[in-house]
Amino acid sequence: MAKAHVYNRDHINTDEIIPARYLNTDDEQELAGHCLEDLDKDFVKKVADGDIIVAGEDFGCGSSREHAVWAIRGAKVQTVIAKTFARIFYRNAINCGFYLIESPEATEHINDGDEIEINYETGVVENKTAGARIEFKPLPDFAIEIIKDGGLLEHIKKAM
Amino acid sequence: MAMTITEKILARAAGRKAVRPGDLVDAAIDVVMCHDVTTPPAISMLMEKGIDRVFDPEKIVVTPDHFQPAKDVKSAELHKRLDDWARRHRIRHYYKLGRAGVCHALLPEQGHIRPGEVIVGGDSHTCTYGALAAFSTGIGSTDLAAAIATGKLWFKVPASMKFVLNGSLGPGVYSKDVILAVIARIGTDGALYQAMEFTGPALGEMSAEARMTITNMAIEAGGKNGIIAFDEVTRQYLDEHLPMSLRGSKATEAISTPGSSEIAAPAGGGRAMTGQYTVFESDGDAEYTAVEQFDCSKLEPMVALPHLPSGGVPIGQCAGGKMDQAYIGSCTNGRIEDLRIAAKILKGKEVAIRTLIVPATPVIWKQAQEEGLFDIFYDAGCVISAPTCGACLGGFMGVLAEGEKCISTTNRNFVGRMGHPKSEVYLASPATAAASAVEGKLTDPRKSL
Repeated sequence: MAKAHVYNRDHINTDEIIPARYLNTDDEQELAGHCLEDLDKDFVKKVADGDIIVAGEDFGCGSSREHAVWAIRGAKVQTVIAKTFARIFYRNAINCGFYLIESPEATEHINDGDEIEINYETGVVENKTAGARIEFKPLPDFAIEIIKDGGLLEHIKKAM
Repeated sequence: MAMTITEKILARAAGRKAVRPGDLVDAAIDVVMCHDVTTPPAISMLMEKGIDRVFDPEKIVVTPDHFQPAKDVKSAELHKRLDDWARRHRIRHYYKLGRAGVCHALLPEQGHIRPGEVIVGGDSHTCTYGALAAFSTGIGSTDLAAAIATGKLWFKVPASMKFVLNGSLGPGVYSKDVILAVIARIGTDGALYQAMEFTGPALGEMSAEARMTITNMAIEAGGKNGIIAFDEVTRQYLDEHLPMSLRGSKATEAISTPGSSEIAAPAGGGRAMTGQYTVFESDGDAEYTAVEQFDCSKLEPMVALPHLPSGGVPIGQCAGGKMDQAYIGSCTNGRIEDLRIAAKILKGKEVAIRTLIVPATPVIWKQAQEEGLFDIFYDAGCVISAPTCGACLGGFMGVLAEGEKCISTTNRNFVGRMGHPKSEVYLASPATAAASAVEGKLTDPRKSL
């Protein structure tokens, strides 16, 4: 079962997600080893395959570095649930085929360590530990299409 | 239908008569900016997907800047990947070491930015170019790959917010103080997904370079782009700078050295060889989600306290805070007039803390040297660096140790931005940074005028 790692804070930025000192590589596994390092240096030790990051508003603000999405994806995180996302981070995630969940209730009904199940089709996050249910608006159709194709490049390749 | 300047440019690029905020459009891209951190992964993706092509070698501008000169073996590898690709595809405007500079200072200076065009770059501060009445926004590596290969990208047309800058800036107060005040008021997501359109009489008194400091930081308020309408100041800047790209850059000559004749620059023609551009302006009855008024005559020098760019307070509220380093440079404030402002304050003085001067491009470097600014910096005890993004993003050339504090003319003061996660960055104008360097603590520059 997916476990929630809750950072109940706004404006978690790209420098915290993947510090620029590691941008001299684009190797996803190497980046994953430093995921969220300046926010929580123990994150990479705690995170397990399919886990979820939960945060407040404006997650991913700052740099355009897609390395932030790669670091999270490389750490085998399933998705990020946040109240809102910064624009470039959100777009990068869609382009990488990585699903993000935006919900104003993100941090209200999920505590650190809670067990979570997500139904992406119906737009429901179920908190098994707390017995709570959060509904979210699935991504718009064009974004789902890009994600289904496996990212923007596969998507445009189809049209070439 | 009434439209804003941003909507008009996107409509033109999408081949439509009109667009509205929220519309999804496929826009033709006029210029793609590529640097050493986000482009190498984009190149790898294109090669992996079997679409290793460029839509137009004339419309892609390449400069390594973040880690150049290479700071370590890994960044040297990034530069090598960038170099191999730029040569292979005969990218005409490829600025190599010696001509390379901080991208957002370099592209306008070298005449690559024109009003009415759509410019994207693999860097969040690509919004800088909106100061020349263009639509310009930062993208990640996948978008960059798509733009390089197809010359097109999808965009959601942003709604626009208007920022009216009234009055005149007082002595010792600069465009950096204006944008720090704007972000302090609306917050780091105050303009999320929106266009930030700046207007008003205070802009009329600013140079094109000073305006770039404002649009540069649109992203720090979450904006998709920052934009300033075309006027006489824009025209003069373009008259001076557009011919630079028409001549073909020295960098092009450099890659056509003997032994690599097959990569000579393609023959001219098309956009690159003409000085034309299209001027759009917002309709009088265009719609804005908000209109924010600022009285610039009441503005004081601002300092954004750690750890958000929205942490701006007037210098009076934080003066006296001890600093360990001053950093004057970056795409926000590393242009010639920034260096002149700093030099004026540093002349005949000695700095009390480590002070780095980082001219943003080789042209700025040469100009500063010729104007005698380097003598002033040397005499004051500053170090002058090669053009690079360097320590602005904690890369190299002046990173901070645990617990250190830096007054910086850059654009971000996030946790760990310039070095150790427990270091602190204070954002300010070149004048405030220079005055603080002399005193070793946060200092009102108006005392030194």
